[in-house]
Amino acid sequence: MKEIDDLNLPEDVKYTKDHEWANAEGDTVTIGINDYAQDQLGEIVFVELPEVGDTFSAEDEFGSVESVKAVSELYMPISGEIVAVNENLEDAPELVNEDCYQGGWIIKVKSSDNSEINELMDKAAYLEMLKG
Amino acid sequence: MRYLPHTQEDIKEMLAVTGRTSLDDLFDTIPDALKTKNGLNLPDPLTEWELNDHMEKLASENIACKGYTCFIGAGSYDHYIPAIIPYLVSRSEFATAYTPYQPEVSQGTLQGIYEFQTMVTDLLGMDIATASHYDCGTALAECALIALRKNKKADKIAVSDLVHPSHRQIIDTYLKPAGFKMVTIGHTKEGRTDISALEAMDGIAGLAVQSPNFFGHIEDLAACKKVADSKKILFITSFTEALAWGLLKNPGSFGADLVAGEGQSLGIAKTFGGPGLGLLAGTKKLMRDLPGRLVGRTKDTNGEDGYVLTLSTREQHIRREKASSNICSNNGLNAMTAAMYLSTIGKIGIREIAQLNHDKAVYLKSILTSAGFEPAFDQPFFNEFVMKAPKNFKQKRAELINRHCMFAGLDLAPFYPQLTDHYLFCATEKVSRQQMDQLAKEVA
Amino acid sequence: MTRQPGTSGLIFNEPNVWDKSRDGRCAISLPRADVDRAPLDPALTGDAPDLPQLSELDVVRHYTRLSQWNFGVDSGMYPLGSCTMKYNPKTNEVQAARQGFAGAHPLAGEAFSQGTLRLMYELEQYLAEITGYAGVTLQPAAGAHGELAGMLIIHAYHAKQGRQRSKIIIPDTAHGTNPASATLCGYKSINLKSGPKGILEPDAVAAVMDEDTAGIMITNPNTLGLFEEHIKEICDIVHAKGGLVYGDGANMNAIMGVVKPGDAGIDVLHLNLHKTFSTPHGGGGPGSGPVAVTEALIPFLPVPRVEKELDTFKLVSDCPDTIGRMHTFYGHFGVMVKAYAYILSMGPRGLLDASRLAVLNANYIKDSLKDTLNLPYDRPCMHECVFNDARQKSYHITTMDMAKRLLDYGFHPPTVYFPLVVEGAFMVEPTETESKDDIDQFINAVKAIAKEAESAPEKLTRAPVLPKVTRLDEVSAARKPCLRG
Repeated sequence: MKEIDDLNLPEDVKYTKDHEWANAEGDTVTIGINDYAQDQLGEIVFVELPEVGDTFSAEDEFGSVESVKAVSELYMPISGEIVAVNENLEDAPELVNEDCYQGGWIIKVKSSDNSEINELMDKAAYLEMLKG
Repeated sequence: MRYLPHTQEDIKEMLAVTGRTSLDDLFDTIPDALKTKNGLNLPDPLTEWELNDHMEKLASENIACKGYTCFIGAGSYDHYIPAIIPYLVSRSEFATAYTPYQPEVSQGTLQGIYEFQTMVTDLLGMDIATASHYDCGTALAECALIALRKNKKADKIAVSDLVHPSHRQIIDTYLKPAGFKMVTIGHTKEGRTDISALEAMDGIAGLAVQSPNFFGHIEDLAACKKVADSKKILFITSFTEALAWGLLKNPGSFGADLVAGEGQSLGIAKTFGGPGLGLLAGTKKLMRDLPGRLVGRTKDTNGEDGYVLTLSTREQHIRREKASSNICSNNGLNAMTAAMYLSTIGKIGIREIAQLNHDKAVYLKSILTSAGFEPAFDQPFFNEFVMKAPKNFKQKRAELINRHCMFAGLDLAPFYPQLTDHYLFCATEKVSRQQMDQLAKEVA
Repeated sequence: MTRQPGTSGLIFNEPNVWDKSRDGRCAISLPRADVDRAPLDPALTGDAPDLPQLSELDVVRHYTRLSQWNFGVDSGMYPLGSCTMKYNPKTNEVQAARQGFAGAHPLAGEAFSQGTLRLMYELEQYLAEITGYAGVTLQPAAGAHGELAGMLIIHAYHAKQGRQRSKIIIPDTAHGTNPASATLCGYKSINLKSGPKGILEPDAVAAVMDEDTAGIMITNPNTLGLFEEHIKEICDIVHAKGGLVYGDGANMNAIMGVVKPGDAGIDVLHLNLHKTFSTPHGGGGPGSGPVAVTEALIPFLPVPRVEKELDTFKLVSDCPDTIGRMHTFYGHFGVMVKAYAYILSMGPRGLLDASRLAVLNANYIKDSLKDTLNLPYDRPCMHECVFNDARQKSYHITTMDMAKRLLDYGFHPPTVYFPLVVEGAFMVEPTETESKDDIDQFINAVKAIAKEAESAPEKLTRAPVLPKVTRLDEVSAARKPCLRG
């Protein structure tokens, strides 16, 4: 597993305590799991996705990622409606391991409260949390 | 005791390594107040000779020890078991292994179960079959729970009253504590599920219909599927006689979402009703909702084909309280037995045996009719059918058992109180024309 | 050093059974058609399923070859922790195969089934005596099914008291089946940490036990192989709040004739006949999971019940408070015969000795290997002991590597990565039927492997090399499931 200093944590996205990332463009927010989470889980074999149109509040469980011997729930960084899911993950869940911020994104959400994203951690705060 | 290998010398040496002086010391961590003071009040041990005598005496208290002619099915069928089946399945490498947690030394079990899964999907026309369940009733209850999990707004399962009565009781046991309900759908005077009753029902997650049903009749699964689709609910079918699919159109071809079945007919002895073999199959869409083990094919590090338990994240040891079921041990060795049986009879044998079952049942029905019985229904059936018996039959039936070791039908009144004097008959490939003629003669 | 049992030898390749199929073969002698053909309406019939077409020898050879790729207790030592892989006596198989048992139809009627009913009745009595309870049901088809029956009984008990409860306490050492069974009853699992000694602390139980909690599920001896010393106190705490104590009796093999769980205050207990009572596991079942209960809980047992009236046995279903039916007929009768034969062969003294020697074997392994492998809870154990890979970490060797290397040495590995409270757990349960000589061989193998971990770690990371296949790609199996041929 990677050392904390070796993690790929982009500056331009926000982070949650459950190791998701979120990136807002207007009121559409793209969400995935970060490098730390994919590294901890190991080889991902399945991503359980919500349906387009589902609505969730922040911190609701919206799906899960599975490795061979573990299941990890996914939690909403913000509130909103699912506007897209990454259908490529159905056939290629390994995208989450290979490219968790681009090809391995999980959902896109229409945010219902644009202020919520600002309450998430930036890279520095997230790193501080990881280092405990 | 011959199963315990320790010599006194061994015990002394081993105790020394553990720093104890007696075997009793090993239990020092147990509070004295909890220790059993006067030993166990059980019979003194028997030698193997004495055990043989004792067990044969017990076995002889069952009519089965004499060999009997069985005209009863109702979930447990009297089919011929070729000699190679018990011979092969008792190979200790299969029988004395645990669940294949170490695939490298379990390829026999794993490939065998993979082949079983494949043969069951062929038999039922379904995408996926699990590595087995306890019996049909428990598999059916699991199917009901899947339907309820898939449709969180619903809290009921509609079940035909021609589903085996015990299976309905099991569903009820499984559903009640979580606050779910089983709604029973009645049957028509023709002896088929009255599917129209479903149309007015709300809050239903799934429809369960058995075919051939408890009366032996072949249900109109196409009509059931249509109603299930119109209600947007899961269509679950079940069966107790697996050999029916050697002849009948399989449940997959009618669009069943889930199939629960009993596989006892596939080379497994009746054994007073258990262990049998729960079969559970589903569509690809429901793959991740299925309960219990699944074996999948993969490669080893040298690129050789091999098999592993897979999709384990559905199961209790990983998902714990969110698991698709609590099942752990299934009926694996009986699944192996069924695969051996299906390989033995093959495509030709299964068709011929299934046709013979049907032929003999048709013959039995016709000669019983000539002997004064009245067919209760006029419906296509596989190898079971219901007859209304003449008034004096109850007594004759008892005499037949005592004098000829012949079990003539199952009294339906305990299961369907309105059907007094009605009996469920079964004929398999094992009964001869001569035995059927004798039955007809005795009851006439 | 003594020779290890594992070696290489000729084994056979064998394709999937359908690859051997040739049109026109059939391995069964078909019965004579002595009645007229009665064709069904073609609208109802389908094509015959596409089963393989083989000769009898094809079938025999196929399954014989498959069996040779398997490892069973009869092949070698199988110290799979928590699974109690003891010797499965062959006489038990002979008893179960008797025509009077194997041929018995479940609906033949009580009058013609007295032998089976008597056997069930007596087995219930024996199990009640061994565990210290008033009533037993044999109906559950496996341990997890017994657990579900037990939880349904607790659920029904609370319903009868007039107020259902919503939670159940489950220790962190529990089998995964425990929370899964609790969920089926609608109970929310409350996770409870065991104390620093690897056992439950009464104060911790008292802190979470309340009047909305249905009870607690306890495995005793627990999955660390330790006896829950405070069991009585914990039962008192739970009972004081109106709760019930569920006992997972998977590890009953350690304490037959030593402690009766019923005496300790546990209300409901399930047993695994394939663990404690020597019935073979069959590579995944069928098992049998009888449930024992206190007097107060007898009314809730599943139906039908076997009862004795004068000297005849009958099946009784008229029990208004029952949880209902759990199995289509009466459970796994064929498995019950084997357990019954085992108890009669062992007798009271034999069962006690079995437990004492199981505990001796486990402690002997623990004390012989604790300088080789890390032992997180260094306390007297019961029937199993749990090590881990902490000392091998610096060589980048894991529990899995050591387990796989044991295969090359000719041993089935212990249970690995369970219980979850021990990281990298390596859980050894030798059982009483292994001799000192075989156990010494196992100990030597583990020591040799630990040495290899330092000097030649690639021997472990590449292992196993002797079995039919090497390590398998479980990731691909799960990403692109191929579940049928």
